[in-house]
Amino acid sequence: MKLTGRTIYPGHVSGEALVSRMGISFYGGVDPDTGLVTEAGHDLEGNSIAGKVLVFPSGKGSTVGSYILYRLKKNGLAPAAIINAECETITAVGCIIAEIPCVDQIDLTPFTSGTLLNVDAENGWVEINQAN
Amino acid sequence: MHLTPEEQALLAGEAGHATQKAMEILTALGRIYGAERMIAVGSVQISGVSYANLGEAGLSWLAEMADGGGKTRVFTTLNPAGMDIENYTNLGISEEFAENQRRVLSAFDRMGVVTTCSCTPYLFGNLPRFGEHIAWAESSAVCYANAVIGARTNREGGPSALAAALTGRTPAYGYHLDENRQPTLHVQVKAAVTKNPDFGALGKAIGDRIQSQSGYRVPLISGVSEANLENLKSLCASIATYGGVALFHIPGITPEASAYALPTESLTLTDEDLQRAKQELNTASREEVDFVSLGCPHLSLREIHRIAELLNGKRVTKEFWITTSRPVKGMADRMGYTEIIETAGAKFATDTCCVVAPIKGRFTALATDSAKACYYAYAKNNFKTRLLPFDEVVREACQ
Repeated sequence: MKLTGRTIYPGHVSGEALVSRMGISFYGGVDPDTGLVTEAGHDLEGNSIAGKVLVFPSGKGSTVGSYILYRLKKNGLAPAAIINAECETITAVGCIIAEIPCVDQIDLTPFTSGTLLNVDAENGWVEINQAN
Repeated sequence: MHLTPEEQALLAGEAGHATQKAMEILTALGRIYGAERMIAVGSVQISGVSYANLGEAGLSWLAEMADGGGKTRVFTTLNPAGMDIENYTNLGISEEFAENQRRVLSAFDRMGVVTTCSCTPYLFGNLPRFGEHIAWAESSAVCYANAVIGARTNREGGPSALAAALTGRTPAYGYHLDENRQPTLHVQVKAAVTKNPDFGALGKAIGDRIQSQSGYRVPLISGVSEANLENLKSLCASIATYGGVALFHIPGITPEASAYALPTESLTLTDEDLQRAKQELNTASREEVDFVSLGCPHLSLREIHRIAELLNGKRVTKEFWITTSRPVKGMADRMGYTEIIETAGAKFATDTCCVVAPIKGRFTALATDSAKACYYAYAKNNFKTRLLPFDEVVREACQ
Protein backbone atom coordinates (compact mmCIF):
# COMPACT_ATOMS: atom_id res chain seq x y z
CA MET A 1 0.00 0.00 0.00
CA LYS A 2 1.50 3.30 -1.12
CA LEU A 3 0.40 6.67 0.23
CA THR A 4 1.41 9.98 -1.25
CA GLY A 5 1.73 13.28 0.59
CA ARG A 6 3.95 16.33 0.71
CA THR A 7 7.75 16.48 0.91
CA ILE A 8 8.98 18.23 4.06
CA TYR A 9 12.61 17.11 3.73
CA PRO A 10 13.86 14.74 0.98
CA GLY A 11 15.58 11.40 1.42
CA HIS A 12 14.98 7.69 0.77
CA VAL A 13 14.95 5.20 3.68
CA SER A 14 13.39 1.95 4.83
CA GLY A 15 12.69 1.23 8.45
CA GLU A 16 10.41 -0.16 11.11
CA ALA A 17 7.32 1.92 11.88
CA LEU A 18 6.78 3.34 15.37
CA VAL A 19 3.25 4.74 15.42
CA SER A 20 1.67 7.18 17.86
CA ARG A 21 -1.89 8.49 17.83
CA MET A 22 -0.77 11.45 19.95
CA GLY A 23 1.15 14.68 19.33
CA ILE A 24 4.86 14.67 20.16
CA SER A 25 6.83 17.40 21.91
CA PHE A 26 10.45 16.58 21.11
CA TYR A 27 11.62 18.99 23.81
CA GLY A 28 10.73 17.46 27.16
CA GLY A 29 8.88 14.57 25.55
CA VAL A 30 11.97 12.84 24.11
CA ASP A 31 15.37 12.45 25.81
CA PRO A 32 18.06 13.64 23.34
CA ASP A 33 20.72 11.45 24.99
CA THR A 34 18.77 8.16 24.88
CA GLY A 35 16.12 8.62 22.17
CA LEU A 36 13.44 7.44 24.63
CA VAL A 37 9.96 9.01 24.82
CA THR A 38 9.55 10.35 28.37
CA GLU A 39 6.15 12.11 28.37
CA ALA A 40 3.83 10.84 31.13
CA GLY A 41 0.92 8.86 29.74
CA HIS A 42 2.11 9.14 26.12
CA ASP A 43 1.28 6.08 24.03
CA LEU A 44 5.00 5.79 23.18
CA GLU A 45 6.30 6.42 26.73
CA GLY A 46 9.43 4.28 27.23
CA ASN A 47 9.89 3.53 23.50
CA SER A 48 13.03 4.51 21.61
CA ILE A 49 12.50 6.53 18.43
CA ALA A 50 16.11 5.93 17.28
CA GLY A 51 16.29 4.56 13.74
CA LYS A 52 12.51 4.15 13.50
CA VAL A 53 10.17 5.63 10.94
CA LEU A 54 8.26 7.73 13.42
CA VAL A 55 4.58 8.13 12.54
CA PHE A 56 2.46 10.64 14.52
CA PRO A 57 -0.27 13.20 13.78
CA SER A 58 1.57 16.45 14.51
CA GLY A 59 4.07 18.18 16.78
CA LYS A 60 3.10 20.01 19.95
CA GLY A 61 4.74 21.84 22.83
CA SER A 62 7.99 23.69 23.02
CA THR A 63 9.56 25.57 20.13
CA VAL A 64 12.95 24.16 21.24
CA GLY A 65 11.93 20.86 19.62
CA SER A 66 13.83 21.66 16.40
CA TYR A 67 17.13 21.62 18.30
CA ILE A 68 16.25 18.33 20.00
CA LEU A 69 15.88 16.68 16.58
CA TYR A 70 19.29 18.14 15.65
CA ARG A 71 20.83 16.80 18.89
CA LEU A 72 19.26 13.35 18.35
CA LYS A 73 20.81 13.30 14.88
CA LYS A 74 24.27 14.27 16.19
CA ASN A 75 23.92 11.56 18.87
CA GLY A 76 22.98 8.93 16.27
CA LEU A 77 19.51 8.59 17.85
CA ALA A 78 17.30 10.41 15.35
CA PRO A 79 14.34 8.69 13.71
CA ALA A 80 15.19 7.36 10.22
CA ALA A 81 12.24 9.32 8.88
CA ILE A 82 9.12 11.12 10.10
CA ILE A 83 5.59 10.69 8.75
CA ASN A 84 2.95 13.21 9.92
CA ALA A 85 -0.68 13.90 9.16
CA GLU A 86 0.24 17.58 9.37
CA CYS A 87 3.86 18.61 9.94
CA GLU A 88 4.10 21.84 11.89
CA THR A 89 6.96 24.34 11.61
CA ILE A 90 8.94 23.13 14.65
CA THR A 91 9.22 19.55 13.38
CA ALA A 92 9.82 20.78 9.81
CA VAL A 93 12.70 23.04 10.84
CA GLY A 94 14.19 20.23 12.93
CA CYS A 95 14.06 17.93 9.88
CA ILE A 96 15.63 20.61 7.65
CA ILE A 97 18.62 21.34 9.90
CA ALA A 98 19.07 17.69 11.00
CA GLU A 99 18.46 16.36 7.45
CA ILE A 100 15.78 13.84 8.47
CA PRO A 101 13.52 12.69 5.62
CA CYS A 102 9.95 13.75 6.33
CA VAL A 103 6.60 13.45 4.54
CA ASP A 104 3.24 14.78 5.70
CA GLN A 105 -0.39 15.03 4.57
CA ILE A 106 -0.63 11.26 4.92
CA ASP A 107 -3.67 9.41 6.27
CA LEU A 108 -2.22 7.66 9.33
CA THR A 109 -5.09 5.18 9.85
CA PRO A 110 -3.44 2.19 8.08
CA PHE A 111 -0.15 2.40 10.01
CA THR A 112 0.78 0.02 12.83
CA SER A 113 4.02 -0.20 14.81
CA GLY A 114 6.46 -2.90 13.74
CA THR A 115 5.65 -3.02 10.04
CA LEU A 116 8.37 -2.17 7.51
CA LEU A 117 7.97 1.13 5.71
CA ASN A 118 9.71 2.36 2.57
CA VAL A 119 9.88 6.13 2.51
CA ASP A 120 10.71 8.18 -0.57
CA ALA A 121 10.48 11.66 0.87
CA GLU A 122 11.92 13.11 -2.34
CA ASN A 123 8.76 12.16 -4.16
CA GLY A 124 6.57 12.45 -1.06
CA TRP A 125 5.42 8.85 -0.67
CA VAL A 126 5.52 6.08 1.90
CA GLU A 127 4.90 2.40 1.21
CA ILE A 128 3.56 0.01 3.87
CA ASN A 129 4.92 -3.52 3.38
CA GLN A 130 2.33 -6.21 4.05
CA ALA A 131 3.02 -8.20 7.21
CA ASN A 132 4.19 -11.79 6.57
CA MET B 1 7.40 31.47 -4.20
CA HIS B 2 8.08 35.00 -5.36
CA LEU B 3 11.30 36.50 -3.96
CA THR B 4 12.20 40.18 -4.32
CA PRO B 5 15.62 41.03 -5.80
CA GLU B 6 16.84 41.79 -2.26
CA GLU B 7 15.64 38.41 -0.98
CA GLN B 8 17.26 36.68 -3.95
CA ALA B 9 20.55 38.42 -3.10
CA LEU B 10 20.37 37.13 0.50
CA LEU B 11 19.70 33.63 -0.82
CA ALA B 12 22.67 33.91 -3.19
CA GLY B 13 24.93 34.60 -0.23
CA GLU B 14 25.61 38.26 -0.89
CA ALA B 15 25.11 39.08 2.80
CA GLY B 16 27.32 36.24 3.98
CA HIS B 17 27.01 32.56 4.75
CA ALA B 18 24.80 32.75 7.85
CA THR B 19 22.20 34.97 6.20
CA GLN B 20 22.25 32.65 3.20
CA LYS B 21 21.59 29.65 5.47
CA ALA B 22 18.78 31.61 7.13
CA MET B 23 17.21 32.36 3.76
CA GLU B 24 17.53 28.69 2.78
CA ILE B 25 15.54 27.65 5.89
CA LEU B 26 12.86 30.25 5.18
CA THR B 27 12.49 29.41 1.49
CA ALA B 28 12.27 25.69 2.39
CA LEU B 29 9.43 26.49 4.82
CA GLY B 30 7.78 28.73 2.23
CA ARG B 31 7.91 25.95 -0.37
CA ILE B 32 6.55 23.33 2.06
CA TYR B 33 3.66 25.46 3.27
CA GLY B 34 2.81 27.03 -0.08
CA ALA B 35 3.74 30.62 0.76
CA GLU B 36 3.47 32.94 -2.23
CA ARG B 37 5.93 35.46 -0.85
CA MET B 38 7.95 36.60 2.16
CA ILE B 39 6.66 39.26 4.54
CA ALA B 40 8.61 41.70 6.68
CA VAL B 41 8.38 41.01 10.42
CA GLY B 42 8.21 43.67 13.14
CA SER B 43 10.08 41.68 15.79
CA VAL B 44 11.48 38.26 16.65
CA GLN B 45 11.59 36.21 19.86
CA ILE B 46 14.11 33.35 19.83
CA SER B 47 13.90 30.12 21.84
CA GLY B 48 16.60 27.51 22.38
CA VAL B 49 18.90 29.35 24.79
CA SER B 50 19.60 27.08 27.75
CA TYR B 51 22.81 25.11 27.25
CA ALA B 52 20.96 22.22 28.94
CA ASN B 53 18.62 22.11 25.93
CA LEU B 54 20.96 23.03 23.10
CA GLY B 55 23.85 20.82 24.13
CA GLU B 56 27.14 21.08 22.26
CA ALA B 57 25.34 20.29 18.98
CA GLY B 58 22.95 23.23 19.24
CA LEU B 59 25.67 25.56 20.46
CA SER B 60 27.94 24.69 17.52
CA TRP B 61 25.05 25.40 15.10
CA LEU B 62 24.54 28.83 16.70
CA ALA B 63 28.26 29.58 16.77
CA GLU B 64 28.48 28.77 13.04
CA MET B 65 25.70 31.28 12.37
CA ALA B 66 27.53 33.93 14.43
CA ASP B 67 30.90 33.12 12.82
CA GLY B 68 29.20 33.22 9.43
CA GLY B 69 28.50 36.90 9.92
CA GLY B 70 24.83 36.64 10.91
CA LYS B 71 23.40 39.99 12.12
CA THR B 72 19.84 40.72 13.16
CA ARG B 73 17.90 42.99 10.79
CA VAL B 74 14.97 43.47 13.19
CA PHE B 75 14.44 43.89 16.96
CA THR B 76 15.10 40.45 18.44
CA THR B 77 14.71 39.27 22.03
CA LEU B 78 15.69 36.01 23.70
CA ASN B 79 14.12 33.22 25.76
CA PRO B 80 15.28 32.24 29.28
CA ALA B 81 18.78 30.86 29.76
CA GLY B 82 19.70 27.89 31.93
CA MET B 83 20.79 30.10 34.82
CA ASP B 84 20.53 33.47 36.51
CA ILE B 85 23.35 35.22 34.66
CA GLU B 86 24.32 37.40 37.62
CA ASN B 87 23.63 35.02 40.49
CA TYR B 88 23.96 31.38 39.43
CA THR B 89 26.04 29.95 42.26
CA ASN B 90 23.18 30.75 44.66
CA LEU B 91 21.01 28.39 42.56
CA GLY B 92 23.54 25.55 42.65
CA ILE B 93 24.58 25.93 38.99
CA SER B 94 28.12 24.68 38.30
CA GLU B 95 30.91 26.87 36.93
CA GLU B 96 31.24 24.47 33.98
CA PHE B 97 27.60 24.91 33.01
CA ALA B 98 27.89 28.68 33.47
CA GLU B 99 30.83 28.81 31.08
CA ASN B 100 28.94 26.88 28.40
CA GLN B 101 25.85 29.06 28.94
CA ARG B 102 27.98 32.17 28.47
CA ARG B 103 29.23 30.76 25.13
CA VAL B 104 25.60 30.46 23.99
CA LEU B 105 24.78 34.02 25.07
CA SER B 106 27.94 35.29 23.41
CA ALA B 107 26.88 33.74 20.08
CA PHE B 108 23.50 35.51 20.30
CA ASP B 109 25.13 38.74 21.42
CA ARG B 110 27.53 38.72 18.45
CA MET B 111 24.52 38.44 16.13
CA GLY B 112 22.87 41.50 17.69
CA VAL B 113 20.17 39.65 19.64
CA VAL B 114 19.09 41.53 22.79
CA THR B 115 19.80 38.97 25.52
CA THR B 116 16.60 39.58 27.52
CA CYS B 117 16.46 35.93 28.64
CA SER B 118 12.72 35.88 29.28
CA CYS B 119 9.63 34.08 27.97
CA THR B 120 7.45 37.19 28.50
CA PRO B 121 8.92 39.72 26.02
CA TYR B 122 5.51 41.43 25.82
CA LEU B 123 5.90 42.65 29.42
CA PHE B 124 8.91 44.86 28.71
CA GLY B 125 9.42 46.35 25.30
CA ASN B 126 8.79 43.65 22.74
CA LEU B 127 5.06 44.26 22.42
CA PRO B 128 3.67 43.85 18.89
CA ARG B 129 0.56 45.72 17.82
CA PHE B 130 -2.72 44.20 16.65
CA GLY B 131 -2.30 42.70 13.19
CA GLU B 132 1.49 43.08 13.12
CA HIS B 133 3.43 40.26 11.48
CA ILE B 134 6.14 38.87 13.76
CA ALA B 135 8.22 35.68 13.94
CA TRP B 136 8.24 34.37 17.47
CA ALA B 137 9.36 31.18 19.09
CA GLU B 138 8.51 30.32 22.75
CA SER B 139 5.21 28.51 22.55
CA SER B 140 3.52 30.44 25.38
CA ALA B 141 4.53 33.83 23.95
CA VAL B 142 3.42 32.77 20.45
CA CYS B 143 0.00 32.02 21.86
CA TYR B 144 -0.09 35.28 23.83
CA ALA B 145 0.92 37.35 20.78
CA ASN B 146 -1.61 35.67 18.47
CA ALA B 147 -4.56 35.23 20.80
CA VAL B 148 -4.39 38.04 23.33
CA ILE B 149 -2.74 40.78 21.24
CA GLY B 150 -3.94 39.77 17.77
CA ALA B 151 -0.45 39.94 16.25
CA ARG B 152 0.38 37.27 13.68
CA THR B 153 3.02 34.60 14.07
CA ASN B 154 3.52 30.93 13.41
CA ARG B 155 4.98 28.69 16.12
CA GLU B 156 8.56 29.22 15.05
CA GLY B 157 11.21 26.74 16.10
CA GLY B 158 14.39 28.21 17.56
CA PRO B 159 16.34 28.02 14.24
CA SER B 160 13.53 29.44 12.09
CA ALA B 161 13.08 32.35 14.51
CA LEU B 162 16.81 33.07 14.20
CA ALA B 163 16.47 32.84 10.41
CA ALA B 164 13.71 35.47 10.53
CA ALA B 165 15.89 37.69 12.73
CA LEU B 166 18.84 37.55 10.32
CA THR B 167 16.70 38.34 7.27
CA GLY B 168 13.86 40.42 8.77
CA ARG B 169 11.43 38.15 6.95
CA THR B 170 9.21 35.12 7.25
CA PRO B 171 7.25 33.20 4.60
CA ALA B 172 3.59 34.27 4.41
CA TYR B 173 1.69 31.14 5.47
CA GLY B 174 -0.16 29.71 8.45
CA TYR B 175 -1.29 32.16 11.12
CA HIS B 176 -0.16 35.13 9.02
CA LEU B 177 -3.19 34.53 6.77
CA ASP B 178 -6.82 35.31 7.70
CA GLU B 179 -8.17 31.91 6.64
CA ASN B 180 -6.04 30.00 9.16
CA ARG B 181 -7.08 32.18 12.10
CA GLN B 182 -10.68 30.98 12.00
CA PRO B 183 -11.75 28.84 14.94
CA THR B 184 -11.86 25.09 14.22
CA LEU B 185 -13.42 23.87 17.48
CA HIS B 186 -15.99 25.47 19.78
CA VAL B 187 -15.10 24.71 23.40
CA GLN B 188 -18.03 25.40 25.74
CA VAL B 189 -16.79 25.72 29.29
CA LYS B 190 -19.45 24.80 31.86
CA ALA B 191 -17.27 25.33 34.90
CA ALA B 192 -16.01 28.21 37.00
CA VAL B 193 -12.62 29.32 35.67
CA THR B 194 -11.39 32.09 37.93
CA LYS B 195 -7.88 31.48 39.24
CA ASN B 196 -4.58 30.42 37.75
CA PRO B 197 -4.63 26.69 38.23
CA ASP B 198 -8.12 26.77 36.65
CA PHE B 199 -6.72 28.47 33.55
CA GLY B 200 -3.81 26.04 33.42
CA ALA B 201 -6.17 23.09 33.84
CA LEU B 202 -8.42 24.49 31.11
CA GLY B 203 -5.41 24.73 28.78
CA LYS B 204 -4.50 21.10 29.53
CA ALA B 205 -8.08 19.85 29.12
CA ILE B 206 -8.42 21.57 25.73
CA GLY B 207 -4.87 20.70 24.66
CA ASP B 208 -5.27 17.00 25.49
CA ARG B 209 -8.36 16.81 23.29
CA ILE B 210 -7.20 18.99 20.39
CA GLN B 211 -3.64 17.63 19.95
CA SER B 212 -4.65 14.86 17.56
CA GLN B 213 -6.69 17.19 15.31
CA SER B 214 -4.82 17.75 12.08
CA GLY B 215 -4.43 21.08 10.36
CA TYR B 216 -4.80 24.36 12.17
CA ARG B 217 -6.06 23.95 15.73
CA VAL B 218 -7.85 27.10 16.81
CA PRO B 219 -10.28 26.72 19.72
CA LEU B 220 -12.99 29.30 20.34
CA ILE B 221 -13.55 29.19 24.09
CA SER B 222 -16.92 30.34 25.43
CA GLY B 223 -18.02 30.44 29.06
CA VAL B 224 -14.99 32.34 30.36
CA SER B 225 -16.00 35.90 31.20
CA GLU B 226 -13.04 37.27 33.15
CA ALA B 227 -9.30 36.83 32.62
CA ASN B 228 -6.46 39.16 33.53
CA LEU B 229 -2.95 39.24 32.07
CA GLU B 230 -1.64 36.61 34.49
CA ASN B 231 -4.58 34.24 33.82
CA LEU B 232 -4.08 34.58 30.08
CA LYS B 233 -0.35 33.94 30.18
CA SER B 234 -1.06 30.81 32.24
CA LEU B 235 -3.69 29.59 29.76
CA CYS B 236 -1.38 30.33 26.81
CA ALA B 237 1.48 28.35 28.35
CA SER B 238 -0.69 25.34 29.14
CA ILE B 239 -2.71 25.14 25.91
CA ALA B 240 0.51 25.40 23.85
CA THR B 241 2.28 22.75 25.94
CA TYR B 242 -0.49 20.18 25.90
CA GLY B 243 -2.10 20.94 22.54
CA GLY B 244 0.44 22.72 20.35
CA VAL B 245 -2.13 25.52 20.09
CA ALA B 246 -0.83 28.80 18.61
CA LEU B 247 -4.09 30.76 18.64
CA PHE B 248 -7.41 30.70 20.48
CA HIS B 249 -10.31 33.09 20.74
CA ILE B 250 -12.42 34.03 23.78
CA PRO B 251 -15.47 36.22 23.09
CA GLY B 252 -15.36 39.43 25.09
CA ILE B 253 -11.67 38.96 25.95
CA THR B 254 -9.54 38.44 22.83
CA PRO B 255 -9.66 40.90 19.91
CA GLU B 256 -10.49 38.61 16.98
CA ALA B 257 -13.16 36.46 18.66
CA SER B 258 -16.06 38.08 16.82
CA ALA B 259 -14.32 38.23 13.44
CA TYR B 260 -15.16 34.67 12.41
CA ALA B 261 -18.18 32.37 12.24
CA LEU B 262 -18.69 29.75 14.98
CA PRO B 263 -17.13 26.41 14.08
CA THR B 264 -19.54 23.49 13.66
CA GLU B 265 -17.49 21.04 15.73
CA SER B 266 -17.95 21.57 19.45
CA LEU B 267 -16.86 20.19 22.78
CA THR B 268 -18.21 20.76 26.28
CA LEU B 269 -15.90 20.87 29.30
CA THR B 270 -17.39 20.49 32.76
CA ASP B 271 -15.99 21.09 36.20
CA GLU B 272 -15.27 17.36 36.33
CA ASP B 273 -13.00 17.64 33.25
CA LEU B 274 -11.03 20.49 34.83
CA GLN B 275 -10.75 18.64 38.16
CA ARG B 276 -9.42 15.60 36.30
CA ALA B 277 -6.84 17.72 34.48
CA LYS B 278 -5.67 19.11 37.84
CA GLN B 279 -5.65 15.68 39.43
CA GLU B 280 -3.41 14.30 36.69
CA LEU B 281 -0.83 16.94 37.61
CA ASN B 282 -1.08 16.24 41.35
CA THR B 283 1.15 13.21 41.67
CA ALA B 284 3.11 14.21 44.78
CA SER B 285 2.03 14.24 48.40
CA ARG B 286 2.60 17.39 50.44
CA GLU B 287 5.41 15.63 52.36
CA GLU B 288 7.30 14.81 49.17
CA VAL B 289 7.57 18.42 47.96
CA ASP B 290 11.17 19.64 48.24
CA PHE B 291 11.13 22.27 45.47
CA VAL B 292 8.75 25.17 44.98
CA SER B 293 8.68 27.50 41.99
CA LEU B 294 6.52 30.34 40.74
CA GLY B 295 7.07 32.04 37.39
CA CYS B 296 6.18 29.78 34.45
CA PRO B 297 5.77 31.90 32.37
CA HIS B 298 7.96 34.56 34.02
CA LEU B 299 6.22 36.47 36.81
CA SER B 300 4.66 39.88 36.31
CA LEU B 301 5.35 42.65 38.80
CA ARG B 302 1.83 42.22 40.22
CA GLU B 303 2.56 38.56 40.98
CA ILE B 304 5.86 39.38 42.68
CA HIS B 305 4.09 42.01 44.78
CA ARG B 306 1.62 39.32 45.90
CA ILE B 307 4.46 36.93 46.85
CA ALA B 308 6.04 39.72 48.92
CA GLU B 309 2.73 40.30 50.73
CA LEU B 310 2.41 36.60 51.52
CA LEU B 311 6.06 36.14 52.59
CA ASN B 312 6.29 39.28 54.72
CA GLY B 313 7.61 38.18 58.10
CA LYS B 314 7.49 34.47 57.13
CA ARG B 315 10.26 31.92 56.75
CA VAL B 316 10.62 29.60 53.74
CA THR B 317 11.50 25.99 54.58
CA LYS B 318 12.06 24.59 51.07
CA GLU B 319 14.09 25.57 48.00
CA PHE B 320 11.79 28.24 46.51
CA TRP B 321 12.56 29.85 43.13
CA ILE B 322 10.97 33.11 42.04
CA THR B 323 11.52 33.15 38.26
CA THR B 324 11.16 36.37 36.32
CA SER B 325 12.77 38.68 33.80
CA ARG B 326 15.59 41.13 34.59
CA PRO B 327 13.46 44.29 33.97
CA VAL B 328 10.65 43.09 36.26
CA LYS B 329 13.22 42.10 38.89
CA GLY B 330 14.60 45.63 38.68
CA MET B 331 11.22 47.09 39.59
CA ALA B 332 10.79 44.53 42.37
CA ASP B 333 14.14 45.72 43.75
CA ARG B 334 13.01 49.35 43.69
CA MET B 335 9.66 48.61 45.34
CA GLY B 336 11.26 46.62 48.16
CA TYR B 337 9.59 43.32 47.18
CA THR B 338 12.94 41.65 46.54
CA GLU B 339 14.18 42.43 50.04
CA ILE B 340 11.06 40.99 51.70
CA ILE B 341 11.19 37.85 49.54
CA GLU B 342 14.90 37.23 50.04
CA THR B 343 14.68 37.94 53.78
CA ALA B 344 12.09 35.13 53.94
CA GLY B 345 14.64 32.80 52.33
CA ALA B 346 13.20 32.49 48.82
CA LYS B 347 15.57 32.89 45.86
CA PHE B 348 15.20 34.96 42.74
CA ALA B 349 16.08 32.90 39.66
CA THR B 350 16.10 35.75 37.16
CA ASP B 351 16.82 35.09 33.43
CA THR B 352 15.92 31.41 33.89
CA CYS B 353 13.16 29.08 35.14
CA CYS B 354 12.49 25.62 36.52
CA VAL B 355 11.84 24.31 32.99
CA VAL B 356 15.18 25.18 31.37
CA ALA B 357 17.65 25.18 34.30
CA PRO B 358 19.80 22.02 34.69
CA ILE B 359 18.15 20.61 37.86
CA LYS B 360 17.63 16.93 36.96
CA GLY B 361 18.34 14.71 39.94
CA ARG B 362 18.32 17.54 42.47
CA PHE B 363 14.71 17.32 43.66
CA THR B 364 11.90 14.82 44.19
CA ALA B 365 8.74 16.85 43.80
CA LEU B 366 7.80 20.33 42.56
CA ALA B 367 4.94 22.51 43.85
CA THR B 368 3.83 25.20 41.37
CA ASP B 369 0.76 26.98 40.01
CA SER B 370 1.81 26.25 36.41
CA ALA B 371 0.41 23.33 34.40
CA LYS B 372 3.23 23.85 31.89
CA ALA B 373 5.90 23.60 34.59
CA CYS B 374 4.31 20.32 35.76
CA TYR B 375 4.63 18.84 32.25
CA TYR B 376 8.36 19.58 31.99
CA ALA B 377 9.08 18.76 35.64
CA TYR B 378 7.97 15.20 34.99
CA ALA B 379 8.94 14.68 31.34
CA LYS B 380 12.36 16.31 31.53
CA ASN B 381 13.41 15.93 35.16
CA ASN B 382 11.28 13.02 36.39
CA PHE B 383 9.92 15.06 39.34
CA LYS B 384 6.53 14.41 40.85
CA THR B 385 4.29 17.49 40.91
CA ARG B 386 1.71 19.38 42.95
CA LEU B 387 -0.42 21.92 41.06
CA LEU B 388 -1.83 24.45 43.54
CA PRO B 389 -3.41 27.91 43.54
CA PHE B 390 -0.82 30.71 43.54
CA ASP B 391 -1.24 31.72 47.21
CA GLU B 392 -1.15 28.10 48.36
CA VAL B 393 2.14 27.54 46.55
CA VAL B 394 3.68 30.28 48.69
CA ARG B 395 2.19 28.74 51.85
CA GLU B 396 3.49 25.31 50.82
CA ALA B 397 7.00 26.78 50.63
CA CYS B 398 6.68 27.81 54.30
CA GLN B 399 5.27 24.47 55.56
